Amino acid sequence: MLSSSRAALVAAAAKLPRLVTRYGYCTTAAGERQQQKPLSPKITTHPTRNDRAKDPRWKDIDMTRAVDEADVVIVGGGPAGLSAACRLAQLNAEKGTEMRIVVLEKASSVGAHIMSGACLDPKGLVELFPDWQERGAPLHTPVTGDKFYMLTEKRAIPLPLLPGMPMHNHGNYIVRLGNVVAWLGEQAESLGVEVYPGVAAAEVLYTEDGSAVKGVATNDVGIAKDGSPKDSFERGMEFHCKQLIIAEGTHGHLAKHLINRYDLRAGREPQTYGIGFKELWELSEDRWRPGYVEHGVGWPLDSGTYGGYFIYHLNEGSPLAAVGFVVGLDYSNPYLSPFREFQQFKHHPHVAAALTGGKRIGYGARALNEGGVQSLPKLTFPGGCLVGCTAGMINVPKVKGTHNAMKSGSLAAEAVHEAIGSGEIEPATYEEALRNSWVYKELHSVRNIRPSFHLLNGRLGMFGGMAYTGAVWYFTRGREPWTFSHGGTDHEKLLPAKDCKPKDYPKPDNVLSFDLLSSVALTSTNHDHDQPPHLTLYDDSVPGQVNLSVYDGPEQRFCPAGVYEYVELDDGSKRLQINAQNCIHCKTCDIKDPTQNINWVTPQGGEGPAYNGM
Amino acid sequence: YIHIINKADMAASKGLKILVGCKRVIDYAVKVRVKPDRSGVVTEGVKHSMNPFDEIAVEEAVRMKEKKLAGEAVAISVGPPQSQETLRTALAMGIDRAIHVEIPLAQLEKLQPIHVSKLLAKVCESEKPDLVILGKQAIDDDCNQTGQMLAALLDWPQATFASKIEPSQDSKQLRVTREVDGGLETIDVSVPAVVTSDLRLNEPRYATLPNIMKAKKKPLAKMSPDQLGVDLQPRQEVISVEDPPVRKAGAKVESVEDLVGKLREKGLVK
Repeated sequence: MLSSSRAALVAAAAKLPRLVTRYGYCTTAAGERQQQKPLSPKITTHPTRNDRAKDPRWKDIDMTRAVDEADVVIVGGGPAGLSAACRLAQLNAEKGTEMRIVVLEKASSVGAHIMSGACLDPKGLVELFPDWQERGAPLHTPVTGDKFYMLTEKRAIPLPLLPGMPMHNHGNYIVRLGNVVAWLGEQAESLGVEVYPGVAAAEVLYTEDGSAVKGVATNDVGIAKDGSPKDSFERGMEFHCKQLIIAEGTHGHLAKHLINRYDLRAGREPQTYGIGFKELWELSEDRWRPGYVEHGVGWPLDSGTYGGYFIYHLNEGSPLAAVGFVVGLDYSNPYLSPFREFQQFKHHPHVAAALTGGKRIGYGARALNEGGVQSLPKLTFPGGCLVGCTAGMINVPKVKGTHNAMKSGSLAAEAVHEAIGSGEIEPATYEEALRNSWVYKELHSVRNIRPSFHLLNGRLGMFGGMAYTGAVWYFTRGREPWTFSHGGTDHEKLLPAKDCKPKDYPKPDNVLSFDLLSSVALTSTNHDHDQPPHLTLYDDSVPGQVNLSVYDGPEQRFCPAGVYEYVELDDGSKRLQINAQNCIHCKTCDIKDPTQNINWVTPQGGEGPAYNGM
Repeated sequence: YIHIINKADMAASKGLKILVGCKRVIDYAVKVRVKPDRSGVVTEGVKHSMNPFDEIAVEEAVRMKEKKLAGEAVAISVGPPQSQETLRTALAMGIDRAIHVEIPLAQLEKLQPIHVSKLLAKVCESEKPDLVILGKQAIDDDCNQTGQMLAALLDWPQATFASKIEPSQDSKQLRVTREVDGGLETIDVSVPAVVTSDLRLNEPRYATLPNIMKAKKKPLAKMSPDQLGVDLQPRQEVISVEDPPVRKAGAKVESVEDLVGKLREKGLVK
């Protein structure tokens, strides 16, 4: 409450013409307040949005880059990228050719940015390394039991898992994928591949005439938060290569750029996504069932929101279990918080029974691709190709994509090896090889399951999807002659806030459920605070004008790391604050932003989460 | 005619020889977890990096080289096989060569500053540096002892918590500004000396890829504690490691009377 004297002063001030304040309000002589466009201080200072050539602070800085040459550069040291590297090295040994193969990985160590369930189908691994067991691949937990449940608010209804159903897991292994990837990195190095963790590929380089890709440039370091050069500024270096393999995982930022530049989605559907959360729990010994795999759908997600959960009991010495939750990013209610749905899910009596007495020791999140064959882009471009999740090869009903990623990496390696040998610029045989492989066969057979969720305009939701899987797919196995469409992009499906109801989530109890910030702390994520935020906006004024006013700032809720916050300023207006340090590189914001104003670019190499065997 | 060049002349013409200590520790941003058996913290698979104060020490040595105040900078690390990665980072920042004193896994957890300082002292006997720069403390044990102990063992002067190091013209003395509780203290120490780095000494450079690739070719020598004749018997035994107590929620009071009443209740005020 204003004291009377202060109120009088305010009333008097309103009558006087005033200079425009820094928030862009001005008072006319008649005392009316007129709102002008808010002069928010600059949010996006990143050099990708601010041309340093025109910036006086960069006038005297030497911008030349060191240049190195390699035959093949692979961006991303995950299952797809490392499989491509290993296969290339194997081909060189077989055929007596010599190639310099370089893998650039933005995480501080190979495997530190890997986030997955994971229940691994060993198909891809066996083909790459038939002797994987002798080589010590960390596949320690064969699946011993497999169940599927439908959760209602109070009950868990078991559903039959018949052999041949995509969720049937006999022969698969529960793994900590980060450790498998670290092992793959060691195999690659022992085969002579140069693997550089802590290095982010920031820019694609093109030939003089701009038609073909000639390599990548790594990130610059030492740029201050306001975009000016620090004493420690150093330019990234360039790698010129004959072939560039992009293996950045779901919704990679260089992949996004290349897909746009070469229009690789022409004639195909846009990619659709989900956000996956995972926590690592140390269970109470009496509730631990090593080798047990459980999947399910239902509560707390409403029937119109796609998603599901998994619980995988590892068998690596201690009673660890991976507990995860996926929410389809085609949800429509901007008040929905995928993170809070996940936290609430753990309170279901059936789930709480497994977790009670246990301790949460890890947390992470990552977007995953759900589009299947309908959304596969053209896989090759002049000078390179896309492999793994960056193209989008997850078998959604099976909830598995690693085996496909590894196979696609191997096939790309074969095509790239051939292209280099023959001097072809585009490794065109890769796409055909993939189409003839078991990857495509598998993806093709399940192509209608995910979109069947939208049958009858989504009125049946998850029931519709499951009915389709049981009644149609079980018999046709994908041979049905029709292909359902996903019906557009995820970000277009978000409805304005005024058409939706806010959701009431329970408070975390800090035993089974937790708050966002303590969860983010468990990712051990970190970024040098004095650098431009790597979550860049095409237009700084859009968050306030559209995201907040029309959609109530959904980025506050779909970001699993609390990067986006609308803070209230002194005059009551709200401004977007980007806490880039929290980012865990999941890419959800770039995917779900209704205005597509957010463009995720890579921060300095070595930053981001430090997952330990996730 | 044989001109005998004595060591002091060599040092003066070539600049100081600097030995820099670096320790591999759990990265400062990692959420540390106590092992279920309470014998220590979980280190397996956890992100490790160079102790931040040691990065500052390395940066200072490299800057002195760039200013031609130092001739050779050598990095040393006492630790497990993975300490090699830490040394490679130092080499990538501009250090000339590295020494790794490898500690077998069984003795790693019981390694204490007294052992490290003895090992460093032995290395100093053969390397004969003019200046040893160490980080003031490691962020895992926060001991703040190694530099001081090393100086005592060598009977060298020490300048700890340095925020500025200025060698004299003839490189026989160092003027060091130290961060102390009351502010800044400036002292002169004669060379050779031990200096430990504090936060504001400098801002370390990034180890960029071209330098990382060059560093692969720089020499990295391995030594064992046995070769140096240092016994690693622990002098202390860790009994248990626990999480800090969970902070209890506070209570809000509405008025001063309320506050005084609550303080009386708890017997904190008569």
